[in-house]
Amino acid sequence: MNTTQAQTSPQVVLSAKDLSKHFGGIKATQNVNLDIVHGARHALIGPNGAGKTTLINLLTGVLEPSSGRIELMGQDITNMAPDQRVQLGLVRTFQINQLFSTLTPLTTLLWVVSNKKGFGSKWWSPLGTHGAVLERCNELLEQFHLSDVSNQRVSTLSYGKQRLLEIAMSLACEPKVLLLDEPVAGVPSGERDELLQTVAQLPSDVSIVLIEHDMDLVFSFAKQMTVLVNGAVLCSGEPQDLAHDPRVREVYLGSTQIAGAEHV
Amino acid sequence: MMGPNNMLEIKRLNRTKIWEWVVLSLMLASPFLFAERAMMINEIAITALFAISLDLILGYSGIVSLGHAAFFGWGVYAAGIFSKLVNPDPIVGLIVVMGSSLVLGLICSLTILRGSDLTRLMVTLGVSLIGLELANQLRDLTGGADGLQGVVMAPIFGVFEFDLSAKVASIYSVLICVLVLLFVRRLVRSPFGFGLVAIRDNSLRARAVGLNVSHRLMVIYAISASLAGLSGALLAQTTGFASLDVFSFDRSADVMLMLVIGGVGWLYGGVLGAVVFKLIQSQLSSITPQYWMFWIGLFLVILVLTGRDRIKEWFAGVSA
Amino acid sequence: MLTLLFDGVAYGMLLFVLSVGLSVTLGLMNFINLAHGAFAMMGGYCMVYLFSHLQVPFLICLPVVFVLIALLGAFMERVLYRRMYNKSHLDQVLFSIGLSFMSVATMDYFVGSSQQTLVLPEWLQGRHEWGQDPWTLGVGNYRLFIVLLCAVLTLILQTGLSKTRFGSQLRASVDDPTVASGLGIPVNKIFLLTFAVGSGLAGLGGALGAEILSIEPMFPLKYMIYFLIVVAVGGTSSITGPLYASMLLGVADVFGKYYIPQFGGFIVYVLMIVILLWRPQGLFTKGVKR
Repeated sequence: MNTTQAQTSPQVVLSAKDLSKHFGGIKATQNVNLDIVHGARHALIGPNGAGKTTLINLLTGVLEPSSGRIELMGQDITNMAPDQRVQLGLVRTFQINQLFSTLTPLTTLLWVVSNKKGFGSKWWSPLGTHGAVLERCNELLEQFHLSDVSNQRVSTLSYGKQRLLEIAMSLACEPKVLLLDEPVAGVPSGERDELLQTVAQLPSDVSIVLIEHDMDLVFSFAKQMTVLVNGAVLCSGEPQDLAHDPRVREVYLGSTQIAGAEHV
Repeated sequence: MMGPNNMLEIKRLNRTKIWEWVVLSLMLASPFLFAERAMMINEIAITALFAISLDLILGYSGIVSLGHAAFFGWGVYAAGIFSKLVNPDPIVGLIVVMGSSLVLGLICSLTILRGSDLTRLMVTLGVSLIGLELANQLRDLTGGADGLQGVVMAPIFGVFEFDLSAKVASIYSVLICVLVLLFVRRLVRSPFGFGLVAIRDNSLRARAVGLNVSHRLMVIYAISASLAGLSGALLAQTTGFASLDVFSFDRSADVMLMLVIGGVGWLYGGVLGAVVFKLIQSQLSSITPQYWMFWIGLFLVILVLTGRDRIKEWFAGVSA
Repeated sequence: MLTLLFDGVAYGMLLFVLSVGLSVTLGLMNFINLAHGAFAMMGGYCMVYLFSHLQVPFLICLPVVFVLIALLGAFMERVLYRRMYNKSHLDQVLFSIGLSFMSVATMDYFVGSSQQTLVLPEWLQGRHEWGQDPWTLGVGNYRLFIVLLCAVLTLILQTGLSKTRFGSQLRASVDDPTVASGLGIPVNKIFLLTFAVGSGLAGLGGALGAEILSIEPMFPLKYMIYFLIVVAVGGTSSITGPLYASMLLGVADVFGKYYIPQFGGFIVYVLMIVILLWRPQGLFTKGVKR
């Protein structure tokens, strides 16, 4: 496994060791080894069906691995329930928005923040009466440009705003490691920039894994990259290096240059 | 700090609206306003409480249960048998029944955690049918098909006797119903309550933001069972009688229907539905029993075909 | 003991014919149809009317009832059920409960609440016995007839599904209706036909079972739980799943009622809960189905 040469010490926050998943005869994930370093901006790319979302589902505990280990900050989380992993700081977003359709951005974030800060099972005080919760919620609403729609029902929001909420929710969980599954997928071009800006401004101590097809975004955002093909890791390294790697080019476009690599 | 708009919105969410004050006052006043229909008021209060308990799991958590009568029936028989064999004090009886229903609910909650809507439907229905059979078979204890007779309660706090006019009974039931309503209202506005809505809207996402969905469901199911048991206990205590039909599928379907009439997911729907249902039932069922079932069926079919959501949306606009 | 087993199997096969339509509808349209029992009830009433009142020969009654109820099913699908496919499960439950209630009340009003009696034709009465106690096998002619007929029906269904063009179109539609219609498969027609056949089978089951089960207005509500158990335990992804589940259910019920008459009635419910807790997707499905 290549570890990137970073300025600060490359402490590994999330790692998959020989992770595999079989569905009957289908090998969805094959002996994947992946190390995410602290402060990573790690892109995970690969053709459709390469098993990227499956890998995310394995890492977050939605799927049980057939073999292998997952470690979060040195702790073995292979058999841990999904909600417990979130408590430890491993958070994800979904490729297709998974929101609470009858709530509003305000109530959604209030609730998620309350849950994170330990007030989730409090049944006596109404939602939104704790100062710390209110402050954090306000921060997030502003950071994600949701203040103007904060009291609109989620199901009535535009797709771009919904996507912003999707990511805001994950931030509300105070992630240490954030897995973004195609954050700009389906977002109309008018709202893309807002979203990209927000993603670029995410705190630097949050380690981010980004699944993306958009190579522009990958090259402008990622410092590390892993290429996944047919459920197995093809190669890993810095995006600039991999762009010229013939194996990668072949997988994507059959020996032509990857679009965007000229920028590098 | 929090933007002014948002602070206003939070205050608005948590405030007791004027119409709520009106409704609550009306409820508390009803045993006195309608003293000549005390028996009816009593029944409505008990049924409303039962409906509110179902709303917690159906409206707020999204669990479709066809067997909530299991806990209602347990409450009825447990309260009746307890007062006959152990202690006729009503308050003690209520506490014992609520506690035992809570435990029963916790145990049964294990059955609803896994599986699809159909599986849940099945196991909840199964539990209520088991209850029915048990009550039927344990004849010595329950009176079997003849029902449990002769439940005589001691006066409440040693002072207020249950009399034939049902005046004390109606005040008793209404008071408890309102207290529970206030408690549940508090519950659904808290982070705990919002967690339920999150589970209903998207349990996958709820899990993905760190909520232990199974835990939450178990707790709310147990609370709901406890309240359903409470309403059953009230029935036994105020009418002095228990019969097998408290476990029947009809009961579960009726209370679901009430919620649908009044609107799921806003608590007062249980109250509204109970009032409307009971009033119509007392009018129609005296004509012929068959007619009653037919009209309910037709109402359900039309309601669903035209879209429950439209009615719910309208209510959401009104009650906000 | 063997007699009991045989009776259980016969009961189970009857349950199977009654429930298979429900299983396919659920698997195909993801539609929880709690009014399925109403079709069975109508079949029972039709049978009584045709056979006892109109003196139509027994063997002719059966297919006639099947066709009549199938037509009823087709009509209901086209007019009502079709609008419900995309609604939530709660809505479907409420809807089908509503239909059940309406059918119960209607039959009660027109026909009265007493149980219908059916006197079997001569050639179906009587029984044969082999062996000695406790291993006697007593085989009632009627139950034997039921077992044979249901076995034949099962074979027809199984081959129909796996060997015919309609069968493969049906299976494609179950897997993915959008893709299926993209391939030119007339998904609407398939739904209609399947629903009609399923209801027709329920009606046939009601007709066959008129002597064993009680045909009365409360039938849909009384027996609904049994059909649902078959579907929940047997799963919706095959024909054989509900078949085994029905047998299991039939045998358990008969044995239960005989050996533990006090609690025999709800052995079945306990069994169901245990099974569903252990395998929520059903005992005989391959994987988790919706």
